[in-house]
Amino acid sequence: MTEALLEIEGLTKRFGGVVASDAIALGVPRGELHAIIGPNGAGKTTLIGQLTGEIAPDAGRIDFDGRDITALPGWRRSMLGLARSFQITSLFLDFSVLHNVALAVQAHAGHSFRFWADARSDAELRQPARAALARVGLADRADAIVANLSHGEHRQLEIAMALATRPRMLLLDEPMAGMGPEESARMVALLRELKKELTILLIEHDMEAVFALADRITVLVYGRVIATGAPEAIRANAEVRQAYLGDNGEAGSNV
Amino acid sequence: MTPPLTPRTITVGAIIACLMLLPPYAHLIGNLFLLSLFTRIVILAMAAVSLNLIMGFGGMVSFGHAAYIGIGGYVVGILAHEKVMSGFVQWPLALAVSALFALAIGALSLRTRGVYFIMITLAFAQMIYYVAVALDRYGGDDGLTIYRRSQFAGLVDLSNKTVFYYVCLALLLGTIYLVWRIVNSRFGLVIQGARSNDRRMNAIGFPTFRYRLTCFVIAGAICGLSGVLLANHTDFISPAMMHWTRSGDLIVMAVLGGMGTVFGPVIGAVALLLLEEALPIIIGAVTHVFTGRDIAAAREYWQLILGPMLLLIVLFARGGIDGLLARLRRD
Repeated sequence: MTEALLEIEGLTKRFGGVVASDAIALGVPRGELHAIIGPNGAGKTTLIGQLTGEIAPDAGRIDFDGRDITALPGWRRSMLGLARSFQITSLFLDFSVLHNVALAVQAHAGHSFRFWADARSDAELRQPARAALARVGLADRADAIVANLSHGEHRQLEIAMALATRPRMLLLDEPMAGMGPEESARMVALLRELKKELTILLIEHDMEAVFALADRITVLVYGRVIATGAPEAIRANAEVRQAYLGDNGEAGSNV
Repeated sequence: MTPPLTPRTITVGAIIACLMLLPPYAHLIGNLFLLSLFTRIVILAMAAVSLNLIMGFGGMVSFGHAAYIGIGGYVVGILAHEKVMSGFVQWPLALAVSALFALAIGALSLRTRGVYFIMITLAFAQMIYYVAVALDRYGGDDGLTIYRRSQFAGLVDLSNKTVFYYVCLALLLGTIYLVWRIVNSRFGLVIQGARSNDRRMNAIGFPTFRYRLTCFVIAGAICGLSGVLLANHTDFISPAMMHWTRSGDLIVMAVLGGMGTVFGPVIGAVALLLLEEALPIIIGAVTHVFTGRDIAAAREYWQLILGPMLLLIVLFARGGIDGLLARLRRD
């Protein structure tokens, strides 16, 4: 196995008496699509918050590409190549689609203390932005105002903005949330493409998608990792079946 | 590139043309009060444009923006009192001091959001106001008369009221152009992105605080310049220059004119200050018609008319007057 791009050790976060992250240890090697699953309240959102820098852990450390990023602010992590999408769509609603992505390109095109030149017609920003939109299949919606997009298109735009930052790793927080079966299938196809070049940490409720895409799966229950392994091993794991999938094997059966 | 002829561009063009032609007109009808009034309008429009840079584009609702008018004015007044008359010293120093105050105030206030930001900017402005009240050497509460306007030897003579008006107007137009460039630059997009969704800005790699702070400082410096002009215009400085109600006036100008565009606050400043002058006269005339007598007290209640007008604008014309004009084209 290649060296881990993302390495988490002993990550712990308490909210009052609740242990939302309980000494989580996790390694994601380069090129892997690693999925994290777990029932509601398992601490998935807290984990992603710590990975993106929005929540400060009480203990433990996070290494990205051999560098300790535990205390770095979110924007610095983005600079290092760790991009994220949001579970609840978080976009610039009053801007055009292209403008949203161009801003993500701009963040990684040097500093923005440039006060004079017109940025809206700047080809250096627009071309990579159009390329990112084309990858997620939103090229023909470039000039639409984001507030007028459908939910599925918002989710695609979330991915396009993450891609526009030229990341080495994607943290995807429930990219299929609220999608219909057809949109989900399209998103699975897109992620399958992306996993060829990017390391991906996927948090997702859609079991069908997770088992179709993941190289390895980590199961989180009450802030604790109860199992990590290949999809077949996770499906066969008795503890996982009991704690999460349910004894009837409901989620496993539809894969 | 010529802008298309729309109700909005026609209005903007007409306002600029009127402002440019005002001095000859005022001389023609022999009404020099008009020149003085419009000098004030142009100066406060500049302050409103600077406020709109942070409020309309950056989402930073400062309720203490008049403090920079005071700071700019006091630097000029204090230097003049200490016999430093050169504008080449006074003006750059006033801008630098305004920017420094904005840097300190912004560095602390920009850590808060929403109502807290509004209150903390107000609190800082009040502090500065009371410092000015306590400056006994410079007139304290009563203020200080400036006996000579800033001297630009060989360049311009600001004591000529027409020349001074054109200097103010040129600086206003320059400010509008500067803000327009800023708003459409990479820097401006970062500021607007931070207003729209600061969390996402952080996630895509922007350290927004330093950009917002820079924007706050730029706005403070521009507003300081308007204070320099106001002190020279009235030949007088006093704490009243930066009373908190003036900060409120600036917000009203921006909201009334329209926060979405660079020029909106100019429309708002012209509208608000003209209404302030016109409403008492109108009320006086109307009461005269109805009662046959001059009731001076009635004129005092012009704000009773202005208040509901503002309310209607806020409720039904969310882009202000400027937004109304823009919509005219589409309908």
